[in-house]
Amino acid sequence: MATALPTTALQKSTRGRGPGNPRPRRHPLRTAGRTVPLLPATILLAVFLVGPVIASFYGSFTNSALTGAAAQQTHFVGFDNYAQLFRTPDFFKSVLLTVIFLIGSAVIGQNGLGLGLALLMERASRVMRGVVGTFVVTSWVLPEIVAAFAAYAFFHSDGTLNEILGLAGIPGPNWLYSLPMLAVILANIWRGTAFSMLVYSAALSDVPDDVQESAEMDGAGGGKRLVFITLPLIRRSISTNLMLTTLQTLSVFTLIFVMTGGGPGTDSSTLPILAYQQAFKFSQLGLGTAIATILLVVGAVFSVIYLRALKPEVD
Amino acid sequence: MKRLALALATGAAAALVLAGCSAPGSVSSSSGGTIKIAYQKFGNFTQMDTQMKDVAKQFEAQNKGVKVQLVPIQAAENDYYTKLALMNKAAATAPDVLYEDTFLIKADAEAGYLEPLDSYVAKWSDWKQFPDNARQAGQGDDGKIYGVSLGTDTRGLWYNKTLLQKAGIPVPWQPKTWADVLDAAKKIKAAEPGVIPLNVYSGKPQGEASTMQGFEMLLYGTADQLTDSDGKWVSGSKGFTDALQFVQTVYQDKLGPTPQQALDVNVGTEISGQWIPQGKLAIDLDGSWQSQNWISSGAAPWKDWETTMGWTAMPTQNGQAPGKVSMSGGWTLALGSKSKNKEAAWNFIKLALNKENSLKFDILDTQIPVRTDVASDPKYTSSNPTNAFFSSLVPVTHFRPATSDYPKVSNAIQVAMESVMTGQQSPQQAAKAYDDALKQAVGAKNVVTK
Repeated sequence: MATALPTTALQKSTRGRGPGNPRPRRHPLRTAGRTVPLLPATILLAVFLVGPVIASFYGSFTNSALTGAAAQQTHFVGFDNYAQLFRTPDFFKSVLLTVIFLIGSAVIGQNGLGLGLALLMERASRVMRGVVGTFVVTSWVLPEIVAAFAAYAFFHSDGTLNEILGLAGIPGPNWLYSLPMLAVILANIWRGTAFSMLVYSAALSDVPDDVQESAEMDGAGGGKRLVFITLPLIRRSISTNLMLTTLQTLSVFTLIFVMTGGGPGTDSSTLPILAYQQAFKFSQLGLGTAIATILLVVGAVFSVIYLRALKPEVD
Repeated sequence: MKRLALALATGAAAALVLAGCSAPGSVSSSSGGTIKIAYQKFGNFTQMDTQMKDVAKQFEAQNKGVKVQLVPIQAAENDYYTKLALMNKAAATAPDVLYEDTFLIKADAEAGYLEPLDSYVAKWSDWKQFPDNARQAGQGDDGKIYGVSLGTDTRGLWYNKTLLQKAGIPVPWQPKTWADVLDAAKKIKAAEPGVIPLNVYSGKPQGEASTMQGFEMLLYGTADQLTDSDGKWVSGSKGFTDALQFVQTVYQDKLGPTPQQALDVNVGTEISGQWIPQGKLAIDLDGSWQSQNWISSGAAPWKDWETTMGWTAMPTQNGQAPGKVSMSGGWTLALGSKSKNKEAAWNFIKLALNKENSLKFDILDTQIPVRTDVASDPKYTSSNPTNAFFSSLVPVTHFRPATSDYPKVSNAIQVAMESVMTGQQSPQQAAKAYDDALKQAVGAKNVVTK
């Protein structure tokens, strides 16, 4: 794709200039000159986006701390922070919980439900679409802290959910205490589905009707059309959406912190909660940034998997 | 060349813009005529805010030309420490005077955030009013003074006289051993279903309250402590397992709140605001400051608290000498090492801690005074019927080993408590897990095994 671009650009420009007057090769100095206006933006991006990442990465190799002797004399400690993490069983539990949270709430929950809703809404009446859309999007536009408190109130042992179950004669469990991961996963699905639904609705509207129709003529049922026509056509949206929801979900902190505080014990301590605890409760900034770096790696692994599996660049 | 120059100029302009972003901070730092006072203001805790506003007014009247800038930090305890540490990291934001927890003094002194006060207190006539243990509370590991104590606290048993009498327990109640405490709880459980017999804070959500009001009040009543006389951390002690056993009995024998209730972040507020005033909780192992919620200026005023409630010391495990146990914390005022106006900042500390202002604060915040002249002042002793009792625990009280590793150890204790209260582990298993976590937290070379 990268190699194809200059030729097409050249063809276009020659067409514009007319034959017999081929455009000379670009002067290297001019090219450099044209990048100058980009410089401020590049510097800003470097300082505010790349800078913190590098700082955090570097911090993970130091004993930086909020208080104590290390706060005054921060020095390089190599892989000590990582070695310490890999010795702690809590850390592996956190990685596992993070992956469960990610797959449960983002990959299956938000994407699955989002796609389902988008498919259903395509066929729904205008009124139905309006009503459902409003409800779903409302939970998404709520500030995270408000959504978190709403979810806390809903799942609390005397909360809305158990009151409703009680009316039906079912004694509900203490969700936040006995099923903390399920509670935060459901809460994150509730909060994030709207985004996927919007992305998929837009993607589905781009699927040409004639392709669907001819598939129907050839005798493909709804399920087959979905698997062989629709999904391949919106493959790129799926991969983009998976990537976005994954990265969003990996960094979810407020929701879990408010609902369970990572507890009981460490039963819902995902990596962001663990990083917060190490950095700010135990004042070990270095260790906290090491966890943040690993979070980055988890995100990168999932992104690579999506890119490989869905090949969005292939037409 | 022209373009290169342009590029450089653009870069320079961008750098200027960025530098401009940080400029306001440095301008507002305490240069010349302003001193910044940082303290906590959160939830029901507004007493420090009231006090500092008052002292600032006095200070500005006495020191013309010096302005006091109050920085109330709205954050719960853990977040307050974090925010304060972050402020301290940069000279532009570092406060001149800090409201500093005694248990962070050593760590913050090591971090270079605090100014040694020895030369200042040497010239301060009021310093002789501070007894030795109060002075030690503000000491760093290097033996220098880094904070001046505002007041302290002790811990003991609060009990509802009516509920105890209903269960046939004579009042005033004076338990002599742990068994006496548990017996009373069992009687209450048998006689009064619906009443929670005994509360002992436990588990991670209650944070330091679990460690200090809960676990340490038990452990320091055994033959063991968290550290030995050389300051090494103790692992494998019998006292540790016994204390966990007590926690297990309270929660697994249903003498306390349900684990679910106890692990709710808000249980502390519910206890002082609802359970106790509504007669739902009979005995509470808690801090000397409890009544500050119930006095007329408190968060949950309760007219009859003085007649309904009783208070007594937490006994040692088997009644061994000295027979009772207490833990103490407390807060200080400290001077920021990055302060540009140390003289004015010290004058502020002196004013805030003089007899009059100390007395006012200790009454307002139901603190136990450390100044001898305040402790004996009739205005203090008569201001609250519990003052004399909780002050009397000062001779038997213990202080936490407040090193920079302490927060990690404290967390390991909360984890151990939580796993026995929920029945996930036996006291022996949880103690074993604590020993492992301890070695990881402080390093194996700082641990001795009993």
